[in-house]
Amino acid sequence: MPAAGIDDAALAAATLRRQAWDRRLTHLWLILGVLVFAFPVWITLVGSTHDASTIGRGDVPLLPGGQAIANYTAAWTSGGEGRYRASPASLMLWNSALMALLIAVGKITISLLSAYAVVFFQFPGRMLAFWTIFLTLMLPVEVRIIPTYQVIVSLDLFNSMAGLTIPLIASATATLLFRQFFLTIPDEYVEAAKIDGAGPVRFFRDILLPLSVTNIAALFVILFIYGWNQYLWPLLVVNDRGLETIVVGLAKMIGNGDAQNEWNIIMAMAVLALLPPVLVVVVMQRWFIKGLTETEK
Amino acid sequence: MKKTLFKGTALPLLLLAPQLAVTCVFFLWPAGAAIWQSVLQEDPWGTRSEFVGLRNFAEVLVEPEWRGAALNTLVFSTSVAVLAMGTALFLAVQADKSIRGANLYKTLLIWPYAVAPAVAAVLWLFLFHPSIGLIGRALNQAGLDWDYKLNGGQAMTLVIIAAAWKQVSYNFIFFLAGLQSIPKSVLEAAAIDGARPVRRFWTIIFPLLSPTSFFLLVVNLVYAFFDTFGVIHALTGGGPGKATETLIYKVYVEGVQNVNLGSSAAQSVILMVIVIALTAVQFRFIERKVHY
Repeated sequence: MPAAGIDDAALAAATLRRQAWDRRLTHLWLILGVLVFAFPVWITLVGSTHDASTIGRGDVPLLPGGQAIANYTAAWTSGGEGRYRASPASLMLWNSALMALLIAVGKITISLLSAYAVVFFQFPGRMLAFWTIFLTLMLPVEVRIIPTYQVIVSLDLFNSMAGLTIPLIASATATLLFRQFFLTIPDEYVEAAKIDGAGPVRFFRDILLPLSVTNIAALFVILFIYGWNQYLWPLLVVNDRGLETIVVGLAKMIGNGDAQNEWNIIMAMAVLALLPPVLVVVVMQRWFIKGLTETEK
Repeated sequence: MKKTLFKGTALPLLLLAPQLAVTCVFFLWPAGAAIWQSVLQEDPWGTRSEFVGLRNFAEVLVEPEWRGAALNTLVFSTSVAVLAMGTALFLAVQADKSIRGANLYKTLLIWPYAVAPAVAAVLWLFLFHPSIGLIGRALNQAGLDWDYKLNGGQAMTLVIIAAAWKQVSYNFIFFLAGLQSIPKSVLEAAAIDGARPVRRFWTIIFPLLSPTSFFLLVVNLVYAFFDTFGVIHALTGGGPGKATETLIYKVYVEGVQNVNLGSSAAQSVILMVIVIALTAVQFRFIERKVHY
């Protein structure tokens, strides 16, 4: 029956056409999404390459100008000249990086140790210790901000890198993640280590640590970003300009948001503030997604 | 549980010491202090304090400003959650289709996670500033009186957009993971039965995603409650008036600017109760979703 054959062919062609349109539409939506996400950053990036008066006039440029070097130099060395100035970006980037690294490394270290103790040892008070750590999961720093601030003051840690980082180091999530992972390690590993005469310290160093590398990398990405993006806590415990972090410094430069602000320098500062953590996510994407989906926040 | 364990008490306690020390000094002590201060009333000079029972709580709960902040928080967090989750789900459904460049799209959609809330606020300020912002100026030229520094509703809209923009990528990653765990055979069977894409989405994909959605709802609410302090502080400072003052912002204002410790502590305790409730809900959920 030739007629039916033609119908089939027409139907198949129609289906193919529809699928091609579907694909085009999908691309269109995704490109639109990507553009909406990138747009504010593009405007900021472009703004950071023009002079203050171009932006102050309100003629928002859509393409880069020629003031990039001057603006970034100003942000890097002086933190701007305006009424609301921050510390130089060079100093604030260093402070932010140090804070983020100390928080990430500190959290990972104390969580590895405590998860090891809770999983591999039998000792009195084990469950009490576990639940004490677990409790902290329920109290994000923002909730207990004022009393924690008072503790910092009474311990004389106000205006110090220690005061900035140590209170954020305790982490139930990291401990739970490592505990989860340690529980999947077969008992035979411990037995074999014991037969070979390895004590708990050597077992930890030679077997457990190498096995945990992927988890540590994944967690590091998440915690580095967590540390870098801290806002309320640095705002409270540090007023020494020498310890200012870039996220807080950037917000300070905005002041009341007057049109007369040095917007070009502020935009350069914004680019510098978001670049390091974004690079970490893009470069370490695989570990980032693993860390995110496995810690479940 | 482990069958083979190491023995000894001193070593495990030593291993636990740093974690427990930080937990006790910076978590339990301040939380205890918050509860203790919440039942005290300090005199204006901070020299004496007397026990007042639950009076601070009673005062906070009837205070019109606190109720205003609670309402703001409700509007803000619901809007952020709906906007961030809706956009993320839509984009995840698109990115889950087998198209060329899917991985590139993924990379280009997840980076905003790394942007600090306060920095996200600054980026959107550049766009919506009434005199230097591209969109802000366009709105004014179109005859819409746009100034988020004067208009409370506009200020709220702006902080919602900035806060949601940053959170979409987080939701996107989880929705995409959820979509990819749905067996393709189920969808093919539905397609053969003649179910159109839209119908397939609402009758098959959406119900199968409900555990993910529920988990994300809790995470988004917690995010909007606490992590967005930077957005509001950098963008509106809680203003104009108190139009964008949320509960966490009010704790800050009360404790840092007004130094009203009893009231601030009572508000902190109320927030703690809210977080504990949300976390408990989340944990029950995680226990039940072990299957995927």
